[in-house]
Amino acid sequence: MEDRWENIKTIMANFGISLLSIVVALIFGIFFILLTEQSPVTAYKALYQGAFGNFSNILNTFWRSTPLILTGLAFALPFRAGLINIGAEGQLLMGGFAAGVAGYYFTSLPGFIHLPLAIFIGMLAGALWGGIPGLLKAKFGSNEVITTIMLTHISIALTINYGINKLRTSSRMATPRIESTAALLRFKEIPKHPIWGKLPFVEIFAEPGIRLHMNFILAIISAIILWYVLFKTTLGYELRAVGFNADGAEYGGINPGKNMFITMFIGGAVAGLAGAGEALGTHLSFMSGMDAGYGFTGIAVALIGQTHPIGVIFGGLLFGALNQGGLEMQFAGVPSEIVNIIQALVIFFVASLQILKMYLRKRKEKEGVE
Amino acid sequence: MDTIKQMLSLSLILSSFRFATPIILAALGGIFSERSGVINIALEGMMLFGAFAAAYGSSINGNAWTGVIFAIIAGLMFGAIHALVCVIFKADQIVVGTGINIFSTGLTIFLLQVLFNVKGTSPMVARLPSMRIFDVRFSVTTYIALILVPVVWYFFFKTSWGLRIRSIGEHPAAADTLGIKVNRWRFISVLMSGVLAGLAGAHLSIGDGSAFVREMSAGRGFIGLASMIFGKWHPVGAFGAAMLFGYAEAVAVRIDLPFIPSELISAIPYILTIVVLAGFFGKSTPPAADGEPYTKGEN
Repeated sequence: MEDRWENIKTIMANFGISLLSIVVALIFGIFFILLTEQSPVTAYKALYQGAFGNFSNILNTFWRSTPLILTGLAFALPFRAGLINIGAEGQLLMGGFAAGVAGYYFTSLPGFIHLPLAIFIGMLAGALWGGIPGLLKAKFGSNEVITTIMLTHISIALTINYGINKLRTSSRMATPRIESTAALLRFKEIPKHPIWGKLPFVEIFAEPGIRLHMNFILAIISAIILWYVLFKTTLGYELRAVGFNADGAEYGGINPGKNMFITMFIGGAVAGLAGAGEALGTHLSFMSGMDAGYGFTGIAVALIGQTHPIGVIFGGLLFGALNQGGLEMQFAGVPSEIVNIIQALVIFFVASLQILKMYLRKRKEKEGVE
Repeated sequence: MDTIKQMLSLSLILSSFRFATPIILAALGGIFSERSGVINIALEGMMLFGAFAAAYGSSINGNAWTGVIFAIIAGLMFGAIHALVCVIFKADQIVVGTGINIFSTGLTIFLLQVLFNVKGTSPMVARLPSMRIFDVRFSVTTYIALILVPVVWYFFFKTSWGLRIRSIGEHPAAADTLGIKVNRWRFISVLMSGVLAGLAGAHLSIGDGSAFVREMSAGRGFIGLASMIFGKWHPVGAFGAAMLFGYAEAVAVRIDLPFIPSELISAIPYILTIVVLAGFFGKSTPPAADGEPYTKGEN
């Protein structure tokens, strides 16, 4: 009973820190809006309208949150094992590139094989790109922060600079268009779909402006699976033990090296799924610029979600809403880059407010002594 | 045979100084921060903001030196943010560094629209003086970088201030008992790191070029970080690594190699860094307390 109460208190404190950070970041954002000589009220109204104003906008908020939820998970899981994966950007690029190539390379496969295969190849590419730093850390003690940064830049050279230049068939900076058999189902196509179209109420999706596709569902499923793995399985227990105290875990018979590799491998796979989803669902090819900094924004998403897989979903939705609403703000005459500024501010505040948690814990320890 | 001749040509070797300049400055900045025990992956963002500030300063009165002053102030500002959040609030240094990089990308594009009313490239601005050696332009920022290498070396290894910073990075608690103000010195070191990264940015926008282009730092801050590691946190070593990487960039830009696509040459610094980190060329070890916030009375 006592334990459960403590648990709830921790969750509330975490939630409070996240909420406070967002509010303070939005308040600081006012200053930047004033620089553009626009009214902050108009700007934030436009932001809200753009993100939640109508049904299409809400679904497009979901669409924009999809890669962010996944890159958030790619940061959150290794973080729980004490590793900092700031290479989700590169893992996403590798995943997107591999899935995009698989999407057009196989031409005569039926859809129920082609699509899962392309997704699998994308996830595998991301997993390998994440697994390398995990392995180097386990074997040689290489700092994973530096290796993931370096691998991100290698992946940019490999996929965007070299890969696209080699494979493109038009002036568009992208790999050839994928076959329709590899495309992720889009929500606006559901009403016309031979099977899903028979479901009731699906006509509401028949709006050409809706860009949401099935990767959103896969992202939510991924979050739930990772929550289960992290908190309900032996593997998850071991990962968290290594993150809490690697030496102690080793003393307790857990192999930290193995766990470091596994967590980075899974993190990379999830980031790879983000890339595969963008290639197979959003752009229908691997495109230069499609990573759009998701790998780095994912760090903020994970922190807002307090690196809890379910929390990451909400962090992703929030940042997706900011990205989606930012467009409407641009129409209202306020540069949408305000959104990036607000997102960065959120990172500063969440990171800074951790000191509050430390302070509260210390005070409690002191009370315990007396 | 022609390719090899080209690769060893004087003009190519001279132009690698030009490419190496921002990398040298960023690496020196990284050394300041990390020798004091604060990880700085925000060099990239600091450089980008410095580049913007330099272009803006230069556009105000048509004097490029105003741009240099603006770049230094920009570096100080971002350094102050990093130091405040990491040293005073003891936040995770990697996370904050990433935050600064995101902040910088957003802020510079935002300011391009607010101050210049464009989205991609600023108008042409006055550029810093330069001196031609053979047919290669040497901007004044290149000379500054080359002079700073021995200066920073002297500072760290021959002065008591440098010794203080190094001791804080290795064993802050011991330094504290000797009466060294750990967090104050860390704050100053991170500020210095920002100044150097800002100067690197000034080289990009008003030394080498004459306009600010969005995202023009293009990973050079991270290559600076790589040079620092490659050079084992030593100014002269980092200079050597930066020259190697600058040479690689010069080759990628100027020469068509028959056996390797030029797009992949730009990845060589990153691959080498991973190899070095794995310990194949002798271990590269960071300062012992790198990345750990210091609270008086703990440890």
